[in-house]
Amino acid sequence: MPQRILVLLAHPVRRRSRANAALTAAARQVEGVRLHDLYEAYPDFLIDVEAEQALLLEHDVIVFQHPVYWYSSPAILKEWQDLVLEHGFAFGREGTALAGKAMLSAVTAGGAETAYGPEGMNRHSLEEFLRPFEATARLCRMRWLPPFILHGTYLLEQPALERHAAEYAALLRNLRDAVEA
Amino acid sequence: MGESFLGQAFVYLLAAVATVPIAKRLGLGSVLGYLLAGVAIGPFGLHLAGDAGEVMHFAEFGVVMMLFLVGLELRPARLWAMRGPVLGAGGLQVGLTALAVGAIGLAFGYDWRMALAAGLILAMSSTAIALQILAERGLLKTGGGETTFAVLLFQDVSVIPILTVLPLLAFTAATGGAAHHDDGWIATLPPWSQALAVLGAVAAVVLGGRLLTRPVFRLIAETRLREIFTASALLLVVGIALLMESVGLSPALGAFLGGVVLADSEFRHELEGDIEPFKGLLLGLFFLSVGAGIDFAQVAAAPLTVAGLVVLLVLVKAAVLAGLGLASRRPRTEVLLTALVLSQGGEFAFVLLAFATQNGVLPAAEASLLVSVVALSMTVTPLLMMAYGRLADRLADTDLAPEPDAIEPQGSVVIAGFGRFGQIVGRLLMAQGHPVTVLDHDMETIEALRRFGFRVFYGDASRLDLLQAAGAAEAALVVVATDAPETTLSIIGTVRRHFPQAQILARAADRSHAYAVIEAGAHAMVRETFSSALELGIEALRRLGLPAYEAERAGRLFRRHDLRTLHRLGALRDDDGRYRVAVREASEQLVGVLERDQARGRLATDDGWDTASVVEEVRRQAAPSGAES
Repeated sequence: MPQRILVLLAHPVRRRSRANAALTAAARQVEGVRLHDLYEAYPDFLIDVEAEQALLLEHDVIVFQHPVYWYSSPAILKEWQDLVLEHGFAFGREGTALAGKAMLSAVTAGGAETAYGPEGMNRHSLEEFLRPFEATARLCRMRWLPPFILHGTYLLEQPALERHAAEYAALLRNLRDAVEA
Repeated sequence: MGESFLGQAFVYLLAAVATVPIAKRLGLGSVLGYLLAGVAIGPFGLHLAGDAGEVMHFAEFGVVMMLFLVGLELRPARLWAMRGPVLGAGGLQVGLTALAVGAIGLAFGYDWRMALAAGLILAMSSTAIALQILAERGLLKTGGGETTFAVLLFQDVSVIPILTVLPLLAFTAATGGAAHHDDGWIATLPPWSQALAVLGAVAAVVLGGRLLTRPVFRLIAETRLREIFTASALLLVVGIALLMESVGLSPALGAFLGGVVLADSEFRHELEGDIEPFKGLLLGLFFLSVGAGIDFAQVAAAPLTVAGLVVLLVLVKAAVLAGLGLASRRPRTEVLLTALVLSQGGEFAFVLLAFATQNGVLPAAEASLLVSVVALSMTVTPLLMMAYGRLADRLADTDLAPEPDAIEPQGSVVIAGFGRFGQIVGRLLMAQGHPVTVLDHDMETIEALRRFGFRVFYGDASRLDLLQAAGAAEAALVVVATDAPETTLSIIGTVRRHFPQAQILARAADRSHAYAVIEAGAHAMVRETFSSALELGIEALRRLGLPAYEAERAGRLFRRHDLRTLHRLGALRDDDGRYRVAVREASEQLVGVLERDQARGRLATDDGWDTASVVEEVRRQAAPSGAES
């Protein structure tokens, strides 16, 4: 059985998005992937918790796709985590609804990879900055997948961007077709 | 018109009503329909029409009205931006066509003066036919349509110098009588005061249009007498035409100028709506009279000569335009359109040919032959245009340059009703840079808003012609923000039927009206008092001690809950498919809504922020294991 993939997209200004737009377009090409644009669904930030939880239950792989803002996600994804990953649903003694599902972070960062090196401006790698998400996955008893990271989007040329988008699509396809261990 | 006026009117109307719909159905277009109908009732058909020449003279006023309407569509800034194509494409078309036709005339052994005169006369194209065809096919605002219009505009202007030059080309003394074109009193003036009179007339149109028409129309609009508004619109056009004729200018040109002057006015759409039917009928009459006036006796006497000349004329005119277009690297579909649609002789040719005969420039026999050629060339255009679609498709495949967009982005949003509600919608859209066309029938509102630079037009938004004039046919959105519930429903119905491409956003009065609005076909609706009442409710919660964010969320959740209820109940249709439930709902509305609100109890779903259960679980884990069992 193919794995059901839910991509939670968080980009507040799609018209300014280039890298994320390319990734979104690529994800849309992959059959069996459900795209859920959080800013489009909740322009008022009023997350519908019941609906979101139902959506999570229907999928096996949850992807957080967003640009990196201040070493984290845009605000709505945090709001989503605060409200949807409820105690008793996602964590806690009886919170096993998400157990066994997989979590993937797919992020785009403007700065170059070197900026995220030990000598770089940001000192830590993006993998480091994504620790809160990794911890979230662990607390929810989910599998944390190696993140898909697109560095240096400010300077990325169109052909390179398209190549990375194709890689993203391939990754999603692999996740979909992977046999659950 | 020799016979009774009503009898003639009956013949012409019957011919049009019987022929044009059939022609249109067959894909021939209305122009060809009219022309054929004219032939049918003319002296060489059923012989029902009286003096076609006289009818044509009367019907030429349709061309005047058409140019007035074209002017209304063209704001002065836009016209100024077109000066390049007008002088360039227009000037070259007239000049080169005149030379080419003249050269052919020379080749046939005519005197150079006669050849040049014929060239200048035949360089004119038919504004009536070209614009009517473009409008019917929705091509007016394409690149090709624009070029076509620019050329026609130049031709209209150039009639004046041509009238001046023609007498100089006379090879015999003027044939007595009216040596001059019917210039009236102005011909008796010395040249400098003639020029002054012309300038004065133009200034009168521009200044009068700017300063006088607005207060006058405003006064008339306030009387709310529709027929008086229509009468004053006609009065304006007729007045301009008379003024122009009296100083020897083309009435069509004057009307065009008047239209441009009024293009910025809030009455633009109302004027369009009022003049449009008259223009349509008169143009139809004009085409009918052209058809009826074709001298088939002459054609029959020398069929090959006439046919050859028609083909030659169309070929030369189209070739010149095609050459110009290709030389300036316009897209090929555009070039094809301009070349085909301007390939006929024009209505000015009839006037100029008569004038040329009077002044001894052309012998009567040649002139009357050319009248037939011009009239027949007019019937060729609709036929050519039938081929245009297929040819353009084939060219478009190989053409990379896309057709440029419409002349104006104007009309992408139409707001009907610009009172307390519509204004807010309009201001938001405009602040985001979306051009909106606004219709309202309250003079005071319009006055106030125009001072702030809004484009507001006067008129009753439930009228189909007015919606059409406001650009509803091209609009992506129509916002119906009128305050009378019945008017709102009727506008929605009209837009739904006639402008199916437009999304309709409607203002609903209350819950039951909301259902009616959706049933009428609105794509989205908002109850006019809901959001503001909700905001006041949120404010009340805050003053009762709820923190701001919580109060805000409570309000938003209430909105979500209420909207869902509304849509769920709206989806329940009775057997006959009507939202009967809405009617029932209206009576027990308040009770039902209140009950549902209570049943739902706690509104907020923000348990994620509530740490109580986590605290409890942590405490239980921390407690000695014995306590758990």
